[in-house]
Amino acid sequence: MAEADVPAVEVGREQLLEWYEKMALIRRVEELAAKAYTLRKILGFCHLYIGQEAVAVGAVAALNPDDQLITAYRLHGHAIAKGITPKAVLAELFGKATGAAHGVGGSMHMASKAVEFWGGYGIVGAHVPLGAGAAFANKYTGDGRVSMTFLGDGAAQQGAFYEAICMAQLWRLPAVFVVENNYYAMGTSVDRQSYLTDMSQRGAGVGMKHWQFEAFDVVDVYRNLKAAVDHARSGEGPVLLEAVTYRYRGHSMSDPAKYRKDGELESHRKEHDGLKLAEMRLKELGMTDDELKAVVDRVKAEAQEAYDFAEQSPEPDPAKLYDYTYAEP
Amino acid sequence: MAEMQLREALRRAMTEEMRRDERVFLMGEEVAYYDGAYKVSQGMLAEFGDRRIIDTPIAENGFCGIGIGAAMAGLRPIIELMTWNFSLVAFDQIINSAAKVYNMTAGEFTCPIVFRGANGAAENLASQHSQALESLYAHFPGLKVISTSTPSDAYGLLKSAIRDPDPVIFMESELAYGLKGEVPDEEFLIPIGKGEIKRDGTDVTLVTWNKQVATCHAAADALAKEGISARVLDLRTIRPLDEELLFRCALETHRVVVVQEGFTFAGVGAEIAARVQEACFDALDAPVLRVTNRDVNQPYATNLEKLVMPSAQRVVEAARAVCGR
Ligand SMILES: Cc1ncc(C[n+]2csc(CCOP(=O)(O)OP(=O)(O)O)c2C)c(N)n1
Ligand SMILES: [Mg+2]
Repeated sequence: MAEADVPAVEVGREQLLEWYEKMALIRRVEELAAKAYTLRKILGFCHLYIGQEAVAVGAVAALNPDDQLITAYRLHGHAIAKGITPKAVLAELFGKATGAAHGVGGSMHMASKAVEFWGGYGIVGAHVPLGAGAAFANKYTGDGRVSMTFLGDGAAQQGAFYEAICMAQLWRLPAVFVVENNYYAMGTSVDRQSYLTDMSQRGAGVGMKHWQFEAFDVVDVYRNLKAAVDHARSGEGPVLLEAVTYRYRGHSMSDPAKYRKDGELESHRKEHDGLKLAEMRLKELGMTDDELKAVVDRVKAEAQEAYDFAEQSPEPDPAKLYDYTYAEP
Repeated sequence: MAEMQLREALRRAMTEEMRRDERVFLMGEEVAYYDGAYKVSQGMLAEFGDRRIIDTPIAENGFCGIGIGAAMAGLRPIIELMTWNFSLVAFDQIINSAAKVYNMTAGEFTCPIVFRGANGAAENLASQHSQALESLYAHFPGLKVISTSTPSDAYGLLKSAIRDPDPVIFMESELAYGLKGEVPDEEFLIPIGKGEIKRDGTDVTLVTWNKQVATCHAAADALAKEGISARVLDLRTIRPLDEELLFRCALETHRVVVVQEGFTFAGVGAEIAARVQEACFDALDAPVLRVTNRDVNQPYATNLEKLVMPSAQRVVEAARAVCGR
């Protein structure tokens, strides 16, 4: 299958509105995170997903709730899309006891078994075998679940990624690997880190079904991911996708991102913004400006509530410092 | 004598060595066009060009191995690891190739390579980005391990490391890159394997290295007010260990506290304690104590992280204990 062969999908107004609201919520939560970072309420590394929201939201829409999702450190969008609450995400960033990882993980590490959000990893590429391992377990138990692994264009250069896709294909694991090509790995553009610039082509070398697609419009993301997930679930083997996207902020809060090409960011914001594209579609489906504004207001209120919750939550209890070193026998 | 930051001192050492030896090159993530993730290599691309200042993909096992092969072929690579946490991806190459090539080939091949980068915790970076890995690398014969953070020591030792015929692990500190210190204008080298007494004292020796030297200075200040005179021994090199100086300090002060980042269990502190008691047992007035990271993965939250790291207060308490106070 190539992108051209991916079947069309019907997406109704209610469905699209739900996705739009989720994307808007992710963006708002991260805008507040950026603000909190400058106020030193959030510390350490903080990698924002702003600009890429359509990928996580459209992809999660293609999953069943009990399918697993794993990603790296740029995780806020995937976490919220998969079902971790903005309160738990922001409280984690604030290092509070009420955070998804009880203040232990911060921006890079958090997870929730209940929603099958597997986290949250800081060593580039290292989580990709874990995603394949989830798929291995799915096949082993025959439970019909699919795992979805997100990684960056930079992570696609790691041996761990390559080894994982080799075995995933060899064993026909029910896995979908999504390389989010956001043009850069820190300050290094894709063409300076790889001879081939379409990371889905890594799949060709291992015989895996693969294709690349533009992932700015949430409906396009859903359409492509649905086809990939269906394929993986059918038992025919895994799929490797490259989702072409773009990050608006620096690599992390400390990166001024001076390496961008002139006009690149502006043109993406103007022509490829996932939120704007969804708004346009919604208007085509008859939504009024007032209706859209009501959604935005609701999202702002929810994000602000999460921010206040994070701010007012208590610090982790020092008595629990050694918790989570070894599991209970 | 010029004041310079640690990052500038490291840059000066690399730049001078690259000017004097065409075989030396720098390779790593973001070292060239981004001027270094921590700006250690700032301006080096402009001077040396992209033949010698080389950006890599995020593929540590690959580029560390490529460096080792290039060293076996006679080049003198400096491989920058953005932080030592990421060296674990390349652990196989560093241990099973670099550390063993000279021995396995019975001297047919040498491996003159430097692996360098930030080691230890910065702040609020959580468990995967906060590790101090000296003990891991010091475990293996064939590797030399330097861990230092004053600009002058870093300059002199990095130059020696680049000229050394063996693989050298060179550990810096993210938090210290911006700290300033005096560095003599004249070129100089500091031999690998030599510690330095950074502050003299008679009651107890605080054995330490890298940024815990600063913790020990603060502790020594506090101890002085209580009438305890603490000596600060900066090992600078972990392997080969400067046993001569270490034992002399133990014999002269009769009490030793090791202050290290990284975990207690099988840490460098354990090795030092064992060696000191083997060689100086009769001269010791108290068991050797260790102040280390608490035995738990680094938490993100500030209040928890503070509990985990060695602190001047904890060093003071250990020093009091060995002095019977
Ligand atoms: C093994 C390893 N090497 C280096 C780093 C430092 N680092 C963190 S993120 C990053 C860039 C990754 O880029 P990409 O995979 O494209 O993901 P993006 O940040 O664009 O989402 C680098 C080099 C790391 N965390 N782990
Ligand atoms: Mg990227």
